Amino acid sequence: MLETGIRLHGTALEEEDFKTHRVFYTTDIPKLQYAWDCGVAMGHYLKGLKQGKLLGTYCKKCKRTVIPPRVFCELCFRNMDKWVELKDTGIVNTFSICYVTWDMKKLIYPEIPAVIEIDGASKGKGILHLLAEVDPKQVKLGMKVKAVWKPKSEREGSILDIKYFKPI
Amino acid sequence: MKLRKVAVVGAGITKFVRRAQETAKELSYHATKMALDSCNMPLEEIDSVVHGTAPDAFDGVHMKGEYLSEASGGWRKPFMRSYVGGGTGVFAPINGWYLVASGMYDTCVVVCEEKMSSCQPHPQGAFLTIFDHTTERPLGPNLLWIFALEMNRYMQVHKIPREQIALVSVKNKRNALDHPSAQLGAELTVEDVMNSEIMAWPVTRLMVSPTSDGAAAVVLASEEVAKKITDNPVWISGVGWNLDTAYWTNRDLYYPEYVEKAARMAYKMAGIKNPREEINVVEPYDPFAYKELHHLEGLLLADKGQAPRITAEGITARDGKMPSCPSGGLLGVGNPIAAAGMMKICELFWQLRGEAGKRQVKNSPRTGLAQAWGDLMQVGTVVIMQRGD
Amino acid sequence: MSKVKLPDSKAGKLAWKGDIPITSRYTAGVAGQKFFQALKEEEKILGTVCNKCEVTYVPMKLFCERCFAQLDETVDVGDTGRLVSFSVVYIDLDSKKVNPPQIVGLIELGNSQARMVHRLGEVKSSDLRVGMKVKAVWEMPLGREGKITDIQYFKPV
Ligand SMILES: [Zn+2]
Ligand SMILES: [Zn+2]
Repeated sequence: MLETGIRLHGTALEEEDFKTHRVFYTTDIPKLQYAWDCGVAMGHYLKGLKQGKLLGTYCKKCKRTVIPPRVFCELCFRNMDKWVELKDTGIVNTFSICYVTWDMKKLIYPEIPAVIEIDGASKGKGILHLLAEVDPKQVKLGMKVKAVWKPKSEREGSILDIKYFKPI
Repeated sequence: MKLRKVAVVGAGITKFVRRAQETAKELSYHATKMALDSCNMPLEEIDSVVHGTAPDAFDGVHMKGEYLSEASGGWRKPFMRSYVGGGTGVFAPINGWYLVASGMYDTCVVVCEEKMSSCQPHPQGAFLTIFDHTTERPLGPNLLWIFALEMNRYMQVHKIPREQIALVSVKNKRNALDHPSAQLGAELTVEDVMNSEIMAWPVTRLMVSPTSDGAAAVVLASEEVAKKITDNPVWISGVGWNLDTAYWTNRDLYYPEYVEKAARMAYKMAGIKNPREEINVVEPYDPFAYKELHHLEGLLLADKGQAPRITAEGITARDGKMPSCPSGGLLGVGNPIAAAGMMKICELFWQLRGEAGKRQVKNSPRTGLAQAWGDLMQVGTVVIMQRGD
Repeated sequence: MSKVKLPDSKAGKLAWKGDIPITSRYTAGVAGQKFFQALKEEEKILGTVCNKCEVTYVPMKLFCERCFAQLDETVDVGDTGRLVSFSVVYIDLDSKKVNPPQIVGLIELGNSQARMVHRLGEVKSSDLRVGMKVKAVWEMPLGREGKITDIQYFKPV
């Protein structure tokens, strides 16, 4: 039985109760520092980015080219067969216009994250990146976009070697 | 394999609040105690305990399952933790179900708890590692991105106006006014939802569930034991779960294939041929307004792109033909991740027994379905429950 | 997020460095609120008692883990106890030397069987004996915050 109006356990506090120390509490910052190894597929992908190239991997059994690249095909569970150089253009699969940061601070200039299906990969295979040099109101699904690269001297083998994608 | 019938015989829940004074253990205890007391079951008659709780980083207690074991009735008992991200709240009872269905134990208490307020400055800090550390996190992502990207894809593929999605917030937050656990019950209009702050277009603030602290629990029993405890058991007649690839930018987000696969598994087990006629009350996972619609479609309870229409027609209203989220859902009752999924299991228990008070649906339901979802738009968990007669 | 070369890397193997940016804030809870109130205001160590199971919980616990009853009966277990076990700790979390070494003890309080872990002080590690009587050394009243460190340490009596 759970009728409306029944009193349940659970005591709601306000931020004020912490600020004024009305309730006892302790805090702790766990030391969570990680170094995530790039691994084989990602290491190669990042090297490609440094050279201004987007690389995918191909499974000949499933006849598909995927990006981000991986060493194994999760559909047929075999090793991928080869590297494929893709174009640095694609189409917008979906996008958002985001006004807040992860800790809920307001952004003055909204960001436009998007999933971009990369030309040369199989249909629907895309990556997450940002769009810029575009009025947010003008962004459409299916819009053609192209990577805007950092100058070669500034690239370090990172997804950020692409500054963003812009419409073409 | 010969499986035994398993019944839900008791349920308990705490209030869902933004910041609870109670510790994680105290929340777990209250929900568990209420569930045991509701069926007059002393702790010594519980054979096994399953605990569902989301990332350790929320409560800030690593090995949180073990930490919460004695507060869930697990003192010197076989205890296990189950976890599939946001799908946990409906996955934990599946784990409890097979402990009993397999014949291993006659009784099991299943408890889910989350205390997200421990995670400062915002629980999203604990979610950030969901994004790939090499190809995604350097872009500075935010959890809202994936929901906004999925919602936009869903809207645009089917040409669904945002107003129709806002209706889900209106319905669920209104339903929640009658739920004694509810954190965000409210009487709102579609305009209120549309005009609330845009967080990540197309998502506005009132289309998002809150972060919450809370716990919920059920007691499961084998047929023989259940019949001794109650004249009114609610049977778990089908379960299903499924995970898609974590390469989420390689999938079309407009439709949750993995939810369909989980649902088909559960329908098959429950012998359900025509879900739209046979499911009388449904609690799909609704952390965002569009998610309820997306999931109704994945559950095959609406054609692709048609869930907004059946919502607008009132079919999913509390007095409709197939009420959806009569509890008030995550949007209205609150979203202490694992406990929110378990809240849905509890709601079906009360609805199917006709014990939901003002929330009681009007179609005298015989069969209900609860579903949860999680991770990178990736996990579907489904439980089908059926009245005893 | 920043990219780094792994220290043990062959031929410039790379990694992304990052963190999980969280601060955990733990409420004392409903039972904890009373326990720390008494610690701070009254220099008292309180426990809760389950008469059915004959168990005392220190620090206070809202419920009995054995019979699942909610516990209302509190007991002042006193601030003296018996050392049940101890350790002398020479390294910290990052395996750095701690100087002087830290002594931690498992202390059985009063006549209860409740045990709590705390620091030991005013004692040479060579003088430590299991079974020795110890007493709480309290933080001065104005320095107390309603935390377990309101007791500075236990010392032999
Ligand atoms: Zn393949
Ligand atoms: Zn007891």
